[in-house]
Amino acid sequence: MIGYRDGDGCRPVSGMPDDRKEYVAALAGNANVGKSATFNQLTGIDQDIGNWPGKTVERAEGLLQHRGLRIRVIDLPGIYSITALSTEEQVSREFIAHDHPDVVVNVLDASALERNLFFTLQLSELESPMILAINQMDLAAQKRIHIDIRKLSWLLGVPVIPTVAIRGKGIAELSDAIVSAIQNRPKPHIIPYGKEVEDRIQRTMELLPAGAGGYPPRWTAIKLLEGDPDTVWEAKKQTPGAVAAAQVYARELEKIHGEPAGTVLSGERYHAAERMVAEVMEIQTPGDQEITLTERIDRLALHPVLGYLLLILTIGGLLVWTFVIGAGMSEFITKFLAGIAPIQPLVKGSASAVLFNGAWTGVVAALTLILPYVIPFYLFLALIEDSGFLTRFSVMLDRGMHKMGLHGKAIIPLVLGFGCTVPACLSCRIIESPKQKFLAAFLVTLVPCSARTIVILGVVAAFVNIWWALALYLFDFILIVILGRIAFRVLPGESVGMIMEMPDYHIPHLSGVLGQTWQRTKSLIWIVLPAYIIGSIVITAAYAVGLLEPINTLLSPITVLLLGLPLMTGVVFVFGIIRKEMTILALAALFGTTVFSTIMTPAQLIVFALVTMLYVPCISTIMALAHEFGWRRALSITALETALAVGIGAVAIRFLGLFL
Amino acid sequence: MASEQLEEYLESILDIEEKDGIAKTSAIAKCMRVAPASVTEALQTLADKGFVHYEPYRGAYLTEQGREMARKVKRRHRLLEVFLSDVLHINGENVHEEACKMEHTLSDETECALCKMLNAPARCPHGSLIEACDRDVESCSSCLLENTPPSICTRDEPLIPVTALQPGQKATIAFIRGDSSVVQRLTDLGLTLKTDIRLVRKAPLLGPVEIAVRRTRLAIDHAIADHIFVTAYGEKAG
Repeated sequence: MIGYRDGDGCRPVSGMPDDRKEYVAALAGNANVGKSATFNQLTGIDQDIGNWPGKTVERAEGLLQHRGLRIRVIDLPGIYSITALSTEEQVSREFIAHDHPDVVVNVLDASALERNLFFTLQLSELESPMILAINQMDLAAQKRIHIDIRKLSWLLGVPVIPTVAIRGKGIAELSDAIVSAIQNRPKPHIIPYGKEVEDRIQRTMELLPAGAGGYPPRWTAIKLLEGDPDTVWEAKKQTPGAVAAAQVYARELEKIHGEPAGTVLSGERYHAAERMVAEVMEIQTPGDQEITLTERIDRLALHPVLGYLLLILTIGGLLVWTFVIGAGMSEFITKFLAGIAPIQPLVKGSASAVLFNGAWTGVVAALTLILPYVIPFYLFLALIEDSGFLTRFSVMLDRGMHKMGLHGKAIIPLVLGFGCTVPACLSCRIIESPKQKFLAAFLVTLVPCSARTIVILGVVAAFVNIWWALALYLFDFILIVILGRIAFRVLPGESVGMIMEMPDYHIPHLSGVLGQTWQRTKSLIWIVLPAYIIGSIVITAAYAVGLLEPINTLLSPITVLLLGLPLMTGVVFVFGIIRKEMTILALAALFGTTVFSTIMTPAQLIVFALVTMLYVPCISTIMALAHEFGWRRALSITALETALAVGIGAVAIRFLGLFL
Repeated sequence: MASEQLEEYLESILDIEEKDGIAKTSAIAKCMRVAPASVTEALQTLADKGFVHYEPYRGAYLTEQGREMARKVKRRHRLLEVFLSDVLHINGENVHEEACKMEHTLSDETECALCKMLNAPARCPHGSLIEACDRDVESCSSCLLENTPPSICTRDEPLIPVTALQPGQKATIAFIRGDSSVVQRLTDLGLTLKTDIRLVRKAPLLGPVEIAVRRTRLAIDHAIADHIFVTAYGEKAG
């Protein structure tokens, strides 16, 4: 044992920790309490973001090295309860009960202590070693809320650390507390319920064997009383007697209180939290009388007229800003990279030259998408998200989203979709019901991403006129609404309304905004870059060995007969599967000109852009969809959208031919 | 005047009052499709029975007693509409007419049984909110889970859905309608019974309502918020 000799006198009680072993700390807490900020402070930028096995719930983990110990920190999803109504809640409670983290770090918002303590009380019933981090102490102080940390610690029986995670305050103390909790294993006190509830918990516990199902007996008893389906199902196999008894007790509670037992228990937890808050919290002036800054901004942001104006200005500004900056930067980067090696698809030459060209065009494609368009877009989005404006936009748009079977929160993936479809698909996770999650992802694949915008601008706006380009945009939005309405009716499953917390506005923190942007960009790079490189190599190689010529012929019934486009566009569309604006590069390479009006009529140009906009989502999107929803659904979307593109394109070429 | 006719008048006055503030004789006549002279006569009778305050040439407004009665009939009307359209699949055009005839003969017991059978619906087929019942219950499970309905013991104070509060108005949660999953979801977020709340604002176009509860603020889908019934502070005091 080396490395822990210089400790601060807090000698381990239950044996010295093994410094070769890796310990596990789980961060748990409500959404919007600064859990991610705490996580980032503890682990630095070295993080692994993935999914919980088999679930579309994000799992972030990182490493904390402190006082010679290696501690793996797992960031559990932000939830308000662990009644297991949602996948996030299920994931969290199974992790704590089955994976036995060495310590659970419960992060709380100092300004909303009552609701946060409700969750703490639920968490404490899992009887894991626990510590509390009371975060956003600075904001609470601004609201003149004073919290007696020592008293709270005494009441709960576990260490409590005040923090301001976003500024790194209290993180050193929190790290110390994590290390000593790994040694001391502080278990929270049991907070008793009211007499009639407590009696029934005790009687149910007596019927349970020790350690059944990995959960503490008290927890199991409570869950049986609440009628939690998973617990009932598990317990029925071992102790059907206890399940039956618990059912009887639950009915008794329902008779006494006139509400379901689960609600009775939640109500009691809230009463316990209220009592605790009354003991530890002091507010100098009642906040109700003052008009807060948040209230002032909300009067504008949620105003029936001005609010929508602000929304249009912000989202419009986001797009314009992105494309003004993007177009300039993109040109610069393309010129710079073209100087290193040619970026046009190479169709003749030695095998190695063709393969290199394929890989290189893939890298260039990824860089010229991500650097100029996606990063500025994400930065701006992180700003409106972190400041609190995005939540208000969700509220304002909730009603409109209902028309498509979605709710206000879906604005986040839909807006993200203007940048790049891939992270937008991944962000559909924030929506609760599986049906709405899939519905949102489907609609996101139709939102004109920056790559599609480049095609519309480069082909239609440049060689027909800007109004046709805008008309294409408008048509796309109408199509999204119509398909949304149809899919909402056709897809099975239930739509759930939105309940969302409205956080206070604050000035965005640089580290938070940069962190968010980096996380999104990183997840994009991981999926997009390999797909681009491998896809480009495969397609250029296939083309070089003459495999793509037959493709033109094969696709000619669609491209020439149905869509009325030149024969060569067959291969162009195949290139576009890698990335939509590769179609422009391919078009230029194959026809040997960048003046597209010389090779196609205005009607053909419009139809070409229209089909590019709608057909097969790019390879990266298909991968992302498969990752989240499985191959069957990913390929269904692909097939559906391709059929749709061909159908609409075929009608459009005949219709546009009449007056163009 | 027959009780049936009396109830029809009260319903019309409630509708007009909600729209215009006071129910003018001419408006009632138009709504009921009768001559203004009959309205004047009927209003006099209603005023004598203590259901309305009647001011000649200005119009009428409901007394507390009249409002309670009107709400009760409205509730029955809308419950019947749900029953007629969802269970019996009666042609949509006839649903309102049929319900109009049936609503006056419904007993308390049948009303309760109907509500239970339909799983405590929140809105009628035309989208209007169904009033909470006047039984002294805190959630629907007391009815939905038991075989016998709770004893008919009416509430002391009128319940209104949280969506009917005015911005800035404070209230106490008294009753949450719906099955246990809705109740559980709201309870977990701190909307427990007897909790004080404040309606912060309502988003336009029946959008979400913003509620301040336990020092946090929640935006709640309008349809979900319709399930939350409260007693308003203002009504209690005045």
